[in-house]
Amino acid sequence: MAEMIATRSAYGKALVSLGARRNDVVVLDADLSKSTMTAEFAKAFPDRFVQMGISEQDMMATAAGLAAAGKVAYASTFAVFAAGRAFEQVRNSVCYPQLDVKVCATHAGLTVGDDGGSHQAIEDIALMRVLPNMKVFVPSDATVTEWIVKQAAEVPGPVYVRLGRLPVPVLYQPDQRFEVGRAATLRNGNDVAIIACGLMVSKALEAADILIAQGIEARVIDMFSIKPLDLEAIACAAADCGAIVTAEEHSIIGGLGGAVAEAVTSAGKCVPVERIGVADKFGKSGKPDQLLEAYGLTAESVAQAALRCIARARGM
Amino acid sequence: MPQRLLSDPEQLRAAAVRIRKNIVKMLGRSGSGHPGGSLSSADIMTVLYLNEMNVRPEEPLWPGRDRLVLSKGHAAPVLYAALAEAGFFPEDELLTLRQWGSRLQGHPDMRTTPGVDMSTGSLGQGLSAACGMAIASKMDGAPWRVYALVGDGELQEGQIWEAAMTAVHRKLDNLTAIIDLNGLQIDGTTEAVKSLRNVADRFRVFGWNVIETDGHDIPAIMKAFAAAREAKGVPTCIVAHTIKGKGVSFMENQVGWHGTAPKPDQVEEALRELAAAEEVRN
Ligand SMILES: Cc1ncc(C[n+]2csc(CCOP(=O)(O)OP(=O)(O)O)c2C)c(N)n1
Ligand SMILES: [Mg+2]
Repeated sequence: MAEMIATRSAYGKALVSLGARRNDVVVLDADLSKSTMTAEFAKAFPDRFVQMGISEQDMMATAAGLAAAGKVAYASTFAVFAAGRAFEQVRNSVCYPQLDVKVCATHAGLTVGDDGGSHQAIEDIALMRVLPNMKVFVPSDATVTEWIVKQAAEVPGPVYVRLGRLPVPVLYQPDQRFEVGRAATLRNGNDVAIIACGLMVSKALEAADILIAQGIEARVIDMFSIKPLDLEAIACAAADCGAIVTAEEHSIIGGLGGAVAEAVTSAGKCVPVERIGVADKFGKSGKPDQLLEAYGLTAESVAQAALRCIARARGM
Repeated sequence: MPQRLLSDPEQLRAAAVRIRKNIVKMLGRSGSGHPGGSLSSADIMTVLYLNEMNVRPEEPLWPGRDRLVLSKGHAAPVLYAALAEAGFFPEDELLTLRQWGSRLQGHPDMRTTPGVDMSTGSLGQGLSAACGMAIASKMDGAPWRVYALVGDGELQEGQIWEAAMTAVHRKLDNLTAIIDLNGLQIDGTTEAVKSLRNVADRFRVFGWNVIETDGHDIPAIMKAFAAAREAKGVPTCIVAHTIKGKGVSFMENQVGWHGTAPKPDQVEEALRELAAAEEVRN
């Protein structure tokens, strides 16, 4: 059994080690530092932590001002407020002027759980991905989270990192190498490709296990870099497998599934794409596992989508 | 000691007239843009760039410079005219305002125009960015200061009051906000659209050091900035009483001149009037 760590926890830890290495790193939070885990940075580097109070719009534009003055500003709150409430501040004060603001949003997706639909961001990937100059990352485990959080300080300009509340399995060894714009292939196979992000990557691996019992070899791709997207991995998946399933804890509109569908058609590949995600609905209160089950974000539904997709490909 | 380009109020007055003339010329040429709020803040911006702020026009990104955030970004023409007057770029370039390929975008863009410290245009965000800069200056123990020019209608944005709390909470005495209190916005007077009541009182209640001044009296503006430097532990808000369209009589206090460019004959008339104002002084 793999170790379980929430990506928000990995974020909190990574920030502290980044802060020790770079004194131009500053962190802002909007009264959620204990939940977003920036409290650890606040404790280690109180002079470089800016508590903004419950003012997400002010926080994003203040982060922009800090960045304009040479700082690398990490700004954290829940994804609903980071991408939603402060959308236009992120657009006009961060992305338009290409400032070094790293929006690290936690509590993304349904697995927020009990707090319910008002707090479960299912649209943030779409909102952030559409912004020019913005890079978007959705880490699947603690290892890649740590890499992304540190890498964000190295890549110039705005970055959005989507983090979760729920502990998820550690998938990578600590020495795993990653690259911006390069997906990680976790399982090889040529019958169907499952392209996933966030916690759906571990579900995709389980789905691949289900499929193997039926003699189907699924390729599992962790598309943690949503923007820039790994176009080559998608084109290869289309060419080699002829059937693609996407899986994300996000609306099926505009997120990873949307991005993959865009890439497939742009590459001129005529392959079916099945999108697993939240089917244009808001979330509800419940336990994370109940919610994933109710909204069809399970290994079983990914495996079934793979079978549907393969059948569609054969019929083409 | 900051390097002041001009210190004689008479010379600053003359520079303000040149800046007003350039605003009229630029807008006449571009055929679109915002004359009213550019002219109302011309004296304030003149004092800022030619007297108050420590800047190096030949080195626009000098890390030790004072910064200005034009939170009311639609007044870009006055910022560009002031930057040209200070020598950040050639005066001729002003006539490219809003054109394809120009470095002078419709609203301030820090990535294209030398001397522009923050991209703005969406009202309500600039004061927050100014706070961020002031926090950075404090973190580094640096002496440079930050200025934000805010519209009065812009005060209807909630984010301004978030930033007003931030500035006081973090004791940003290196931050000076100037409110261009011209009483007009787009759909009418601020009083009619959504009353601001007493702006000075509101900032005072938030904990700011508040200074009221005539926003067209150059020595008074200079004095207000000097007093702001003296305030310790609190940010200063200069509430500048101004006239929208100031300096061009047919535009003064006319809500219709918020975002309409003058036609060629109106440009001529405005320039004649401004030239006459220059002569009276001389
Ligand atoms: C967020 C936002 N809403 C609306 C506008 C459109 N707009 C441009 S100028 C303006 C009126 C501004 O009035 P005021 O702040 O009083 O400026 P001034 O009178 O100094 O021109 C409006 C509503 C905008 N630029 N940004
Ligand atoms: Mg006004």
